[in-house]
Amino acid sequence: MEKLINQFEFGLFFWQVLIFVGLIFLLKKFAWKPILDAVNDREQGIKDALLSAENARKEMENLQADNQRILNEARAERDAMLKEAREMKEKLIADSKNEAQAQGQKMIEQAKAAIESEKNAAMAELKSQVSTLSLSIAEKLLKEELSNKESQTKLVEKMLGDVKLN
Amino acid sequence: MVISNKPLRFILVALVACLPVIGFANSEKDAAHTQTEVAHEAAAEGHHAEPTDVKSKIKGFIGHHVLDSHDFTLTQDDETGKYYGFPLPVIIWDNGLHIFSSSKFNHGHAVAESNGNYYVINHHDGKIYKTDAAGTITEDEKTGHPTNVRPLDFSITKTVLSIFVAAILMFWLFTSLAKSYAKNGGIASGVGRIFEPLVVFIRDEVAIPNIGEKHYRRYMSYLLTIFFFVLFLNIFGLTPLGINATGNLTITFSLAIITFLITNLTANKNYWGHIFWMPGVPKPMRIILAPIELLGVFIKPFSLMIRLYANIFAGHIVLMSIIGLMFIFKSWIGSSLSFGLSFALSILEILVAFLQAYIFTMLSALYFGSAVEEHHHEEEGHH
Repeated sequence: MEKLINQFEFGLFFWQVLIFVGLIFLLKKFAWKPILDAVNDREQGIKDALLSAENARKEMENLQADNQRILNEARAERDAMLKEAREMKEKLIADSKNEAQAQGQKMIEQAKAAIESEKNAAMAELKSQVSTLSLSIAEKLLKEELSNKESQTKLVEKMLGDVKLN
Repeated sequence: MVISNKPLRFILVALVACLPVIGFANSEKDAAHTQTEVAHEAAAEGHHAEPTDVKSKIKGFIGHHVLDSHDFTLTQDDETGKYYGFPLPVIIWDNGLHIFSSSKFNHGHAVAESNGNYYVINHHDGKIYKTDAAGTITEDEKTGHPTNVRPLDFSITKTVLSIFVAAILMFWLFTSLAKSYAKNGGIASGVGRIFEPLVVFIRDEVAIPNIGEKHYRRYMSYLLTIFFFVLFLNIFGLTPLGINATGNLTITFSLAIITFLITNLTANKNYWGHIFWMPGVPKPMRIILAPIELLGVFIKPFSLMIRLYANIFAGHIVLMSIIGLMFIFKSWIGSSLSFGLSFALSILEILVAFLQAYIFTMLSALYFGSAVEEHHHEEEGHH
């Protein structure tokens, strides 16, 4: 122990503490701080880069999912549109068919009505003509009657015979 | 068969070839031994306690290596008395400042004079003592320590120089690393780049788990500085330059005391509460626990100091002893064996260099963590 204590040298201690403490402060300012900062920055940078790469990957996945979704939507929409169009077409066809039918029916009805009215008119005309004819016959008959009794009778008979034939 | 014959023949030839070498080495050892002894007797006239044989010479060399020294000697030639290295400045405060080169001491062989005062380096502990013009040293009879006055010695010794070089190297490396981030867009480049994983390791494996996410930033500068400082000085100690800074008690003491000061100056109420009035135990136990806990406050940094010192010191002693064995054996087999052993140990010492730096930092972080630990709410619940 005494040998150890004898080894202690104050001058050396003085220089050692001076140099060492000086070294700590100098290195702290000029070396350790920039080195540790740089290392920390770099590590932070690596961490950030990894994180942003992960985020980009996730975003990409989201984007792809979105794309898929939009595509599916578009496909569904297209299908719906096609279906709608088909339905519309069928409906249109059915409608026009119905309308045409209705129109035809109507036209037939009209034609029938027209025919009926024509017939009625013709009938009326015929009636008036018959009446006129009857009148003229009656007139002629009366005239004949007035001139020749016999012939009048014959005429009436003949006429009646015609009428019967008619 | 032909192929397997070849290595066998080679080994046989090698063995036969070795035989004369072993014989030569043995006879040479004796010759070298006497030679050094002669050389020593000649050199011993100069100073009194010079070792005389190879073993005690190695012992003396190791003893000197682990101590601090006032000049930077890489190697020396005993036969010519020539030293290879360079002197360092000596700064002494002794009623005024005395600055002179350590070459004045002539490696402890001469008395240095400065402004009318005389100084001498003691051979045993390598420290500077005040003396007279003749360089007389009076020694305590019991302990053998010199009783001369020791002036305040602020010399730039070998250890001071090495920590200064380590500090400059660290400053250069880490500022260049810091600048390379700005230049290179947040990515390290250059030499400092090697140390970036270590910096991140200290942050993620030492500071955050021990101190916690909330407070660790305050201690990062100290933890990083102490880790690299101890690591660099440990590695310096393994170079053949003969530096032994972290195996020097003064250095480890100063490092430990800074950890101690930071721990206790940044400690919160909870830390002091756990020391003087331990929550969750019966009241009489608290009185018994308080001095034990208080002692623990001092034992923690003390263990830091001794652990680093003893590991590095012992590593140097063992390594140098095994290297020294080479010169004691002076034989083909023994020396190569101890070479292999010292090589393996050197690799182990590199591991120890990293390990001790890590442990010092780890334990410092652990102590800081206990100093800033937050209140435990479950403990609050039952009183």
